[in-house]
Amino acid sequence: MRKVAIVGTGHSRFGVRYDVSLPELAYEAVKEALKEAGVEPKDVELSVVGNAGGWSSEPLPAVVVNEYCGLSGKPTFRVEAACATGSAALKAAHDAIAAGEADLALVVGVEKMNESPTPTVVEFIGRAGNYFWEFENFGLTFPGYYALYATSYMFTYGAREEDLCQAAVKNHYYASMNPKAHFPRRISVEDCMKSRYVAWPIKLLDSSPITDGAAAVVLASEEVARKLTDSPVWIEAIGAASDTSNISKRNTYLSLPAAREAALMAYKKAKIDPESPAKALDLAEVHDCFTIAEVLAYEDLGFARRGEGYKLLKEGQTYIGGVIPVNLSGGLKAKGHPIGATGVSMAVEIARQLLGRTEEGRRAAIRNGRGLAHNVGGTGHYAYVTIYSLSKPR
Amino acid sequence: MSQRAEIEAWFRKMEEFAEEMKRSVGIPAIIDPRTGATMWYDQRELKLRYMLSIERVRRFFEALGEGKVLATKCKEAVMFPPQADCPDGSMPEWVEMPSEGELVTWTVINVKPYTFSHYEDYVVGVARMSNGANVLAWVRTRDPASLRPGTKVRLKVVRREPEGYLTYELEPE
Repeated sequence: MRKVAIVGTGHSRFGVRYDVSLPELAYEAVKEALKEAGVEPKDVELSVVGNAGGWSSEPLPAVVVNEYCGLSGKPTFRVEAACATGSAALKAAHDAIAAGEADLALVVGVEKMNESPTPTVVEFIGRAGNYFWEFENFGLTFPGYYALYATSYMFTYGAREEDLCQAAVKNHYYASMNPKAHFPRRISVEDCMKSRYVAWPIKLLDSSPITDGAAAVVLASEEVARKLTDSPVWIEAIGAASDTSNISKRNTYLSLPAAREAALMAYKKAKIDPESPAKALDLAEVHDCFTIAEVLAYEDLGFARRGEGYKLLKEGQTYIGGVIPVNLSGGLKAKGHPIGATGVSMAVEIARQLLGRTEEGRRAAIRNGRGLAHNVGGTGHYAYVTIYSLSKPR
Repeated sequence: MSQRAEIEAWFRKMEEFAEEMKRSVGIPAIIDPRTGATMWYDQRELKLRYMLSIERVRRFFEALGEGKVLATKCKEAVMFPPQADCPDGSMPEWVEMPSEGELVTWTVINVKPYTFSHYEDYVVGVARMSNGANVLAWVRTRDPASLRPGTKVRLKVVRREPEGYLTYELEPE
């Protein structure tokens, strides 16, 4: 298989973006990514668009985005893997280049969630899982699904709501230095604890917001990457797995087994010791759609032992200077979570971190030249773990 | 005000604003009060109601009328929710779910989806039944704070109001 590198990155401002339409929003990221790569729309051989949709009006987002960006005529398709859509889109483009089907591909993740009013969005996300058997009769919401995990975790390991809030506090702290973040402001544990319950024990400030946003990356084969840039960021390894649609069919609510499997697959490909992966990495962006999800991520990724993920937060080990800095972008929690854009946003963040291009105060120290993205779709329904590296993979 | 009433009031406000704008400037514009951005208030409303095929698992729904919750049994496992086909290639047979189980986890849905916004806050839990299969359903309790992992629950057929159809729920003992 051929090696694949990121040669250009683009990122829109995340937030409630009533000021732009879906293709306008996508173009903010696409324009920046193409410019960074030093290529034009005509050079793109494949355009993959990640968009979950439903809440936004365009049922064929790929062609709408392509037309607006001057990419009509290119091979294209839309990818959906719930909240892991962006990583799935990235994998599709990666695989095409690795297989020799293309030398230059554009990956766009875009989501315009606020095109529908909040109650409609709550309805759409709640339906993600198994519509007929779990939503139709029991009206789960997305925080509700993750709350099932939070309840189980707290009773099993003795973690408290305050402990989970620490993830929100950290991610808001870093978001305060990220001008692209939806909520670039700090919060305290008290703020989090005082916020209202959306699905007990999950509170509003445990939750990622309803966000509009776009991110894009230009991927290239080794040969083309060498011509375009002196600083490619390589996709070293991708691990992917999935789980049951019905949450009731899971046998544990203390882990997302798909994420664990995806992590082990990625570690194996990158020859990283699964017993101490943090030592081989400089930073991680993990899927903190809710604070409990960040804690589960620590454990599924092997940063902490089972039942001890929340202690990493308590000890501040996932801030810069700790065992491994996590979500220096502000994470889904505070940077925002435009569903289809999130995985691509993680790629942009890690590429820029590895190249030392992020704002001071939230810049990781780069020693290993490696970063990890953990992107979960649904409630562990889909999982992608992607490892990015400054050195060309062996 | 119920969540449903709040939502309806919000929609009415938007609609009235758009109607007023149509009269004054000729287009259904609404203005975001925070950013001043102009949006088009969609003049096409989609009515979305699915017609879901249950023919091959009809027995499940017939049994609710007899007060029973059924599952299908494949060679390797009990399937709940029931499946008309066994992925292990065996022939499924209908079996009755036991009524005894233990609560594994639960939540209280405070912010509800639009189509559930006419209910009071409800408790959703997952119970491990005595045959090893899990059931996700509403937990009938007025006191969710008393629930614990391991709380004994019974699986019961109930009529869901105000819609008035048969479904099942978990009742703590």
